[in-house]
Amino acid sequence: MGTEFKASITRAVNNANLTGALGKFSEAYKVNRAKAYEGIDFEELRGRIADLKAHAAADLERVAEEFARNARARGTKVFRSSSPAEVREYILKVAQDNSVTSVVKSKSMATEEIHLNPFLEQAGIAVGETDLGEWIIQLAGQTPSHMVMPAIHMTKEEVSDLFSTEINERLSSDIPRLVKVARNELRPKFLAAEMGISGGNIAVAETGSIVLMTNEGNARLVTTLPKIHIALVGIEKLIEQYQDIAPILKALPRSATAQLLTSYVSIISGPTPNTDGSMKELHVILMDNRRSEMAADPLFKQALQCIRCASCLNVCPIFRLVGGHVFGKVYTGGIGTILTAWFDELKKSEEIQGLCIQCGACKDVCPGKIDIPGLIMEIRRRLVQEQGLPLIQQAIYSVVNNRHLFHGMLRAASLAGKPFSSGKFVRHLPLFLADLTDGRSLPAIAEKPFRDRFKEIRQPKGTEKVAFYAGCLIDFAYPEMGEALVTILNKAGIEVIFPQGQTCCGAPARYNGAYETAAGNAVDNIKALLDEKVTHVVSACPTCTVALDHEFISTLESLGQTEWIPKARKLSAITVDLSTLVKLLVDQGRLTLKEGHELGTITYHDSCHLKRTLKVSAEPRELLGKAGYEVKEMFECDTCCGMGGSYSLKLPEISGPILQRKLKNISETGAPTVAMDCPGCVMQIRGGFDQSGGEVKVRHTVELLAERC
Amino acid sequence: MYEQFKMRAEGVSAEVHRFVNRASALEFLIRFLKEEGVADAPGLYALWAECPFLEDVDKRSLEEIAGLKFQATRELAAVSRFGISQVGWALADTGTLAQDASAVEQRLVSTLTDIHIALVPSSNILPDMPTLLTLLRPEQSNYIAMITGPSRTADIERVLTIGVHGPERLVIVFVDELGGAG
Repeated sequence: MGTEFKASITRAVNNANLTGALGKFSEAYKVNRAKAYEGIDFEELRGRIADLKAHAAADLERVAEEFARNARARGTKVFRSSSPAEVREYILKVAQDNSVTSVVKSKSMATEEIHLNPFLEQAGIAVGETDLGEWIIQLAGQTPSHMVMPAIHMTKEEVSDLFSTEINERLSSDIPRLVKVARNELRPKFLAAEMGISGGNIAVAETGSIVLMTNEGNARLVTTLPKIHIALVGIEKLIEQYQDIAPILKALPRSATAQLLTSYVSIISGPTPNTDGSMKELHVILMDNRRSEMAADPLFKQALQCIRCASCLNVCPIFRLVGGHVFGKVYTGGIGTILTAWFDELKKSEEIQGLCIQCGACKDVCPGKIDIPGLIMEIRRRLVQEQGLPLIQQAIYSVVNNRHLFHGMLRAASLAGKPFSSGKFVRHLPLFLADLTDGRSLPAIAEKPFRDRFKEIRQPKGTEKVAFYAGCLIDFAYPEMGEALVTILNKAGIEVIFPQGQTCCGAPARYNGAYETAAGNAVDNIKALLDEKVTHVVSACPTCTVALDHEFISTLESLGQTEWIPKARKLSAITVDLSTLVKLLVDQGRLTLKEGHELGTITYHDSCHLKRTLKVSAEPRELLGKAGYEVKEMFECDTCCGMGGSYSLKLPEISGPILQRKLKNISETGAPTVAMDCPGCVMQIRGGFDQSGGEVKVRHTVELLAERC
Repeated sequence: MYEQFKMRAEGVSAEVHRFVNRASALEFLIRFLKEEGVADAPGLYALWAECPFLEDVDKRSLEEIAGLKFQATRELAAVSRFGISQVGWALADTGTLAQDASAVEQRLVSTLTDIHIALVPSSNILPDMPTLLTLLRPEQSNYIAMITGPSRTADIERVLTIGVHGPERLVIVFVDELGGAG
């Protein structure tokens, strides 16, 4: 990442106004969104939206033509173009042909995308943004920081300064008063403008209609008062049937601002009379700008299912720290990263794609059912494919792909790290991990890795055998977690085997776009783990479990290495995470946790991969309850801890504040212990408490359960 | 469904009333306008857009109200405090009003004024949006408008503020004897 980009992140995370406003909003949003969706089957609703949008996207040319035909039949002028320059020229020509000197606009991201305002202004046409947030940033000479709330980064004091200058009168920062000022200032602009420009939330092919949703009522004025109305619509807004606007009208306001419906919805399907009795000149511009290329891409076509609600921004733990401007000038947040890569160019997304920590929060709430983190991973992969990996990463992955060398180095690190470690933590790490302990201590590399300790464990012979996949962290940093796992399974009469050929799961390489390395890791592990006859392969690391369960297959698929895919599927079928397996054994009556003890309160942190990819969240809580703990939920229990593998190494300035928030939420429960199912989260959170001097004990569920077997 | 509509509409700061017949609705309306300061002066006019409700009303009974006007022009709408119109339908599950607003007068009185008073036939409360979309289609109207509560914004520090560009009050008056489709 460039120093300029890094500097923009540092500026953002240190901007207390920004992080304060976004933090407060994101907390309220979660609660309000849930309330807005009460009584609604969200999965069913988004399934319908994804289907109908995907349907249109699969046949964009035909659907766009149908829209054009039907709209023209009703008197609308339709212009189709794939070039932003052509679109700008068209709008300017309509304006000049009609001697337009001033334009009012309601909010349109598509006009931001083609930088329309400066273009018209250079041609001598006054352009007035009328959405309050857009007007504020227009006065400030800025770009929107959020798709739905463009000025969320500004305080009322800043707004009051701007307005004071604009109307040449000293104003207080009283918000209702400021809103009144906007009403009074913009009203004459509405009445004077000869042309109105809007976007379009939906375009319906069947009827040639565009649908506009606003809360302020500005779109109603923009489409009513001037004699010319131009709607600029990206072709991803197209749907086929008029009836299909219902599910979008249901989801968009709920997901965007937690409203049941925006104050105003306008469905415009043709010219209507003006106030002087003449007919409105209505233009709809259907803009492509690489959208049909996107539709032709087998993976990225799903991005066209976006309804521009920005909920992926609202739930993103990174966005709420850095805000929109770090992402660039137009589209921001998760979906913004993807749109920038396409509408601008892949290279433009090089830095911003690195902001995604892959926690999956956005994927859970997306009303278009878009796998946003998955597509960002794909951007990462294509960037690496195009440009190759940075030298330092190449060096690291060449080591990771050679198990003997990699494990040898980890063993060496355990010795090298010794003089620097105090207790269980390394204060100053050797080698390439040097400056990574900001705000968090890292664990010492164990003197004896689990793979060596395992040989000394004496297990009763069982009739059932389960293979344990340790993963690097448990193997080399937390071998006691592996021992706890063996204890539990032995109690259930299961013999644990540890295939020594197992190596890194490939997640670090994959999450950095180095798919070749990840595929090498996948094949090594498939060979090792399918070697012996076992009923399950169990892992106590959700990231490793996801690798074994899903990613080996998708990595091999994306590289076209089909040879190993059947075996990868076989491995996937028997892979299970620790809590799910233990719960199964308890349910089957093969394992009993000691009861009758009151162990006090405990709080539980949901790890991203466990909760959102593997859909496991009730199991560990139930097991901890059975073991005698009273689970007391923390605020935002399933929000990422900021670890994200190497993310915390690359972007400590973001990872740090996310961790601090997590530590605070844990502490506020008053529980003496926090449990979690992921050794990565343990490393992050335990390290955080170590540096902040917190008293809370940080334990992996496997250790707590082993104590009660 | 009326109760559900009322709950939803009040939830977004609309005011909801219901009357059995035109006469009692009209009585309320006149009282309301007077109480809120209607007057024959720019900024205080009340502007009533052409609608079925008016067809059976003796307009002479309205002459006593100074400042009440029936020519819904752009110029008058811009200086009127009150806008009165009739809308075709109400949606119970979101507290939404829906109308064919192809005639620009319908939009002028409900957008440029400070207080919008909407008359609705009580029998036209529909359960939800999908039902409305089967009844009100683009084939019938080039401008379908829906209104849910007064104009609002949260663009400054996420603080909800009522009345940005559109009306700051929405007064919904259901009339039981007012029949017909939109």
